[in-house]
Amino acid sequence: MYTQGLNNHDATANDTSANSERFQARIDAEERIEANDWMPKAYRRLLIRQISQHAHSEIVGMLPEGNWITRAPSLRRKAALLAKVQDEGGHGLYLYAAAETLGVSREELVDQLLAGRAKYSSIFNYPTLSWADIGVIGWLVDGAAIMNQIPLCRCSNGPYARAMIRVCKEESFHQRQGYEITLTLARGTAEQKAMAQDALDRFWWPCLMMFGPPDSDSQHSDISIQWKVKRFSNDALRQKFVDATVPQAHLIGLEIPDPALRFDEATGHWVYGQIDWDEFRQVLAGDGPCNRDRLAARRKAHADGQWVREAAMAYAEKRRARPAKLAA
Amino acid sequence: MADPAIPLWEVFIRSRSGLAHRHVGSVHAADVTMALQNARDVYTRRGEGLSIWVVPSNAITASDPADKDMMFEPTGSKIYRHPTFYDVPDEVGHM
Ligand SMILES: [Fe+2]
Ligand SMILES: [Fe+2]
Repeated sequence: MYTQGLNNHDATANDTSANSERFQARIDAEERIEANDWMPKAYRRLLIRQISQHAHSEIVGMLPEGNWITRAPSLRRKAALLAKVQDEGGHGLYLYAAAETLGVSREELVDQLLAGRAKYSSIFNYPTLSWADIGVIGWLVDGAAIMNQIPLCRCSNGPYARAMIRVCKEESFHQRQGYEITLTLARGTAEQKAMAQDALDRFWWPCLMMFGPPDSDSQHSDISIQWKVKRFSNDALRQKFVDATVPQAHLIGLEIPDPALRFDEATGHWVYGQIDWDEFRQVLAGDGPCNRDRLAARRKAHADGQWVREAAMAYAEKRRARPAKLAA
Repeated sequence: MADPAIPLWEVFIRSRSGLAHRHVGSVHAADVTMALQNARDVYTRRGEGLSIWVVPSNAITASDPADKDMMFEPTGSKIYRHPTFYDVPDEVGHM
């Protein structure tokens, strides 16, 4: 996006302390950092990593839900799910474009994903075993994503913040359609209600893990907050999510699968039990239930599209050459 | 190995409200026809616009942020370009 030639020039600028101080002053004054502005190399690296991981998550996130498009129980549900999955593809594209303003190409980023060198959200490495999972994913996974993304609309990086504004506008439909699916099942037959409960049982803890490691051992948190990439800590966002979600579950007669869960009158917060961080680390390291499937599916899609990309480029080349030939 | 780069295009959309085309983001596409189609799919899934422009990204010349003082600061002192610089009697009413 914008003129990328200038980005390369920027990348070689020295991270002198005077520059860094001026940069921090701009951040503190709530100015947005734009594509061609000077920024510390570490800021650029942090943002490329964060935005590309976010983009990969949107793209890989299409897979678990795409799994149910052909089996949606009605045309209404199918149209909604198709539109949602298409939105997620769009989110991935907005985000790759935002990352490109920092001087990387989308091809490089996709390459990192396919080579297994990039991370994406751990949640998408869990399988979607029943239709109820589609409801619970929209309600909880998109709900968690919204909690995380709303503060990112004020991120210090202009292109990232603007991409997040577009994304957030589209997310609320995702969450509402998910909650509507879950609610319909929860108010259906005993069997349907059991399906909804089972989906909630399987997705609840992985959703809490989406907010990342506890504040006590997060590596990037401090500098991220100093640079206003992040506005709230992982634990603060997780708590907001729990507080918002527990009453939504109770309203439709579902139980949160956490025996330790209790409402604390003094703080006004729901207190939740111990998260299994070993499971989180395992999934992140590549050993979740679906990590291999997800990457294999992305690699296959990329390889299957190879001839299309080549043909499109060859056709464009031919069209470019044609008027020259006529003139000769 | 990463694929060779597919050209980048900047996307501008005019919304229903009759305002000027506004930059909304960018897309990759092999040619201008596909750039328009991709822009429609990526940026107008909810009736966001009535008209799309796509421009090759490398055709845009941008001012250098380092020059922003030289470029824009001189207008800061020209307060006489603003209506509030001029005093007119209250009795005149809105002018
Ligand atoms: Fe999304
Ligand atoms: Fe979503």
